[in-house]
Amino acid sequence: MGRPTLAVWKFASCDGCQLTLLDCEDELLALTGEIEIAHFLEASSAAGDGPYDVSLVEGSITTPADLDRIRHVRAVSRKLVTIGACATAGGIQALRDFADVEEFASVVYARPEYVATLARSTPIAAHVPVDFELRGCPIDRRQLLEVLAAHLADRTPDVPSHSVCFECKIRGNVCVMVARGTPCLGPITQAGCGAICPAYARGCYGCFGPSPAWGGGRPNTRGLLPWLDMTEGEAHRVLSTFNVTAFREGAPAEGRGDDAPQ
Amino acid sequence: MTHRNERTLTVGALARVEGEGALYVRVRGPDVEEVRLDIYEPPRFFEAFLRGRAHTEPPDITARICGICPVAYQMSACQAVEAACGVTVDGALGELRRLLYCGEWIESHALHIYLLHAPDFLGYPGAVELARDHRAAVERGLRLKKAGNALMEFLGGRAIHPVNVRVGGFYRTPAPAELAPLAETLREARADALATVEWAAGFEFPDFDHGHEFLALSADRYPLERGVVRGGTGRVFPAAEFERHVVEEQVPHSTALHARFTDGGRYLTGPLARYSLNRDRLSPLALEAADRAGLGAECRNPFRSILVRAVEVVYAADEALRLIAGYEPPARPAVPVPPREGTGHGVTEAPRGLLYHRYDLGPDGLIRAARIVPPTSQNQAAIEDDLRRFVAARLHLDDEALTRRCEQAIRNYDPCISCSTHFLDLTVERS
Ligand code: SF4
Ligand code: SF4
Repeated sequence: MGRPTLAVWKFASCDGCQLTLLDCEDELLALTGEIEIAHFLEASSAAGDGPYDVSLVEGSITTPADLDRIRHVRAVSRKLVTIGACATAGGIQALRDFADVEEFASVVYARPEYVATLARSTPIAAHVPVDFELRGCPIDRRQLLEVLAAHLADRTPDVPSHSVCFECKIRGNVCVMVARGTPCLGPITQAGCGAICPAYARGCYGCFGPSPAWGGGRPNTRGLLPWLDMTEGEAHRVLSTFNVTAFREGAPAEGRGDDAPQ
Repeated sequence: MTHRNERTLTVGALARVEGEGALYVRVRGPDVEEVRLDIYEPPRFFEAFLRGRAHTEPPDITARICGICPVAYQMSACQAVEAACGVTVDGALGELRRLLYCGEWIESHALHIYLLHAPDFLGYPGAVELARDHRAAVERGLRLKKAGNALMEFLGGRAIHPVNVRVGGFYRTPAPAELAPLAETLREARADALATVEWAAGFEFPDFDHGHEFLALSADRYPLERGVVRGGTGRVFPAAEFERHVVEEQVPHSTALHARFTDGGRYLTGPLARYSLNRDRLSPLALEAADRAGLGAECRNPFRSILVRAVEVVYAADEALRLIAGYEPPARPAVPVPPREGTGHGVTEAPRGLLYHRYDLGPDGLIRAARIVPPTSQNQAAIEDDLRRFVAARLHLDDEALTRRCEQAIRNYDPCISCSTHFLDLTVERS
């Protein structure tokens, strides 16, 4: 039996999540002994036609052509794993969902009519069935290796869904919220990063998206506001970043926030 | 794309570039009629959704434009916001920023040299295949890349989208003793970088020169995180005048805008420009390596950019060691940057070239407008022009060989297609 094959695909994204695979410097060559990287355009111009055992998909769906391409990717993949906030939640480019995309295009392009784009930036699961979603902006290297190892052993990946606060305790961080009154999204954000931000003396900014431990991923941010010591506008902005659609359910206000120009 | 009766060649995808694009070449008889680098990376509208954000937000947000050079985005953003607020960040904090940037140069250049570019010279589709025959070289490349990442992880919290950068400085600054293990890693990296220059100097380089004007930052040190913009023909201007000298135009075939000088004329930014305009600012070790590799006073052959990158890795490792040796912890991790109404400009040297940001802040400190000009859009016109001449001189090659050479020619520029612009479908139409 040959090695299982891996394909890596990109949609609207920054390349950071697939770069995470190349950033496994210590494991990369060993990994390619276990898995055949059959399609990974960032790393190799040798691209087989598939089908592939596992596809890692980065990026969100934002153009009409993407719609066809993601169906093709699904058709040629036994397992489809989305990597990162773009692919699992629409990414930061989903900010267009709450704005007028034509107006957005006109800010960036003199001739917006040349640019084919959809009004919304949608996660992969909105279009095709997805076998596993790995969160993060960017994803965490150790989690990526766990997901790949789990596939090789045919078991479920061991990826926690508790909040960043757990990781903070494990890492032995001083709580920035308790000790310094720094607003921190750690309590409502899914673990996975290793609580990096508090370790660097700043509050978590939610790049892994809402922890499902909180009301099915709908944190009560309004109830949290007094604790966060933020204005609604600030809270709105901090929740409106890399996982804007996932956090949106719990976001305090519509629009750009009460202290933003109306 | 229409092929009709004309002889056409389509290569499924151009790999080992960052972002998405396609190359279209139309040849009629002996003439190359058209060369188009189509960048069809879907637009992500960063400039639009930065509006209404607090002045503290651009470093975290604009990092997401590119996973390969997030520090460049963070540094240009910080500089521009600080300029708008009338604050200068220098001293130990400025040096720490330079140190972080060294990490990104090492990581990004090592990625490009070993994983994206070198396989072309040695005839392999990628680094994994290259590793079958040249395992020690690929291991060296991975070690080098890891050293860059280690520096970014240490100072930035993580290598992709570092969390420790803020307007005004950092969230947490290291104690000198914490830097000692990093210095050890960087000493090994410096030796690996020197070996890389020697390795790459043995490659065969096609004869090819370009005539574009160079544009790079210039400062008292080899340009990285600050400086004035300098052109090869004597133009010198500060970041604040960037838009008086450079205009961006939209072309129908691309979602990346094309930049050119306002007085006409294409230019090239990136390693060749930096080296050619600032060679005398390299460290003695890097300069010696450049001389040994046969790089002259300037380098106009884009294929030799792999050598310039390798020399820049030597420099970055050397400079990082110097910065660590001279490190005095700053009095506080960041200087306060109270917002005020105004406009600020920032330009730094991303591994691929000049990266310009401008922010207009309102009296409430919220961003009213943002403008970001990445290196790829600045270089796109020059790349197309090179390809036109490159193809014209190689029409005797069969389609397959020509295609391979075009792919290689594009990879010379390490076009970070995701900052503006992964796949490059290549179509050559002949009739
Ligand atoms: S999730 Fe973040 S790191 Fe990953 S591709 Fe999207 S923007 Fe880049
Ligand atoms: S610092 Fe943030 S993530 Fe850590 S324990 Fe405190 S609130 Fe939770």
